[in-house]
Amino acid sequence: MDLRNRRRFRRSAEVPTSSMADIAFLLIVFFMLTAVFASTQGLQFQFPSDNPNDLNVQPEEAIHIKISGEGQYLVDKVPMTLGELGGYIQGKMQQNPAKPVIVQTLPEVPYHSMVDVFDLLKQLKVRNISIPTETEIARWKALGYFE
Amino acid sequence: MRLRDQVRTIKPTVPTASMADIAFLLIIFFMLTTSFSPERTSVKLPESVMRTEVSKDAAIVAIAGNGTIMFTSGKEDAVALSGPDDLGKRTKELITQVPDKEFVIKADRDARYEWIDQVLDALRKNGARRIGLLTRPEPIPQQAAGG
Repeated sequence: MDLRNRRRFRRSAEVPTSSMADIAFLLIVFFMLTAVFASTQGLQFQFPSDNPNDLNVQPEEAIHIKISGEGQYLVDKVPMTLGELGGYIQGKMQQNPAKPVIVQTLPEVPYHSMVDVFDLLKQLKVRNISIPTETEIARWKALGYFE
Repeated sequence: MRLRDQVRTIKPTVPTASMADIAFLLIIFFMLTTSFSPERTSVKLPESVMRTEVSKDAAIVAIAGNGTIMFTSGKEDAVALSGPDDLGKRTKELITQVPDKEFVIKADRDARYEWIDQVLDALRKNGARRIGLLTRPEPIPQQAAGG
């Protein structure tokens, strides 16, 4: 009788949870390794319609930014730094907020130089930004707007 | 003497009962933040201050630092493209199905602009309108210069 009583008291019903943490940490490691903190934000723009007869900007009226190298900007043929460029654009925007800005980037320039300028223009709330592709520039050149 | 006996009965244990709770909390966090993106090319994105959310079901064009182009319509896994012409063909197919499909360019910050230009040109010629350039946040917010 004595034995029976003792046994009953000692064994309490339990769910074995000691390995739970191991399983959980294993899963954590898996999710940490597979996690890609995806960037889903960026700069957005829209292409105008691709009609050869439809000149979307009037290149001769626009501010022409030519990125000729990393940190080298020619704004309306005047070399400027990014800071000067900002000031220049801001001045022009105050006179005419709808003034188009053409950003031309030379082929060998790293991509981030173009993003820097595009970002600055967006910050200055330039409404009419044109990023012509090579085809478009060639078309403009043929029409004599660009040299 | 009796007192000493009692001291012996307490076994040293590390309280691990809450470990599983903590671990599962972390699992839930990683599960919710993980996005199994179909495009997993590792690129160093350019920085920008202005950033807007690109659409979730956008097609992704990834341009690596060496000029490799990867493409996904957003549903299936990304595939390597042979060049801008291949991209153009796929863009045309997508645009006929979804006319206002957004195309997100995920390019390495040091990629030659030439490659970006070719991609933009291929997209534009084949009817793409909405374009996003993926960026990451600028480490130190750059003031809009001038003025």
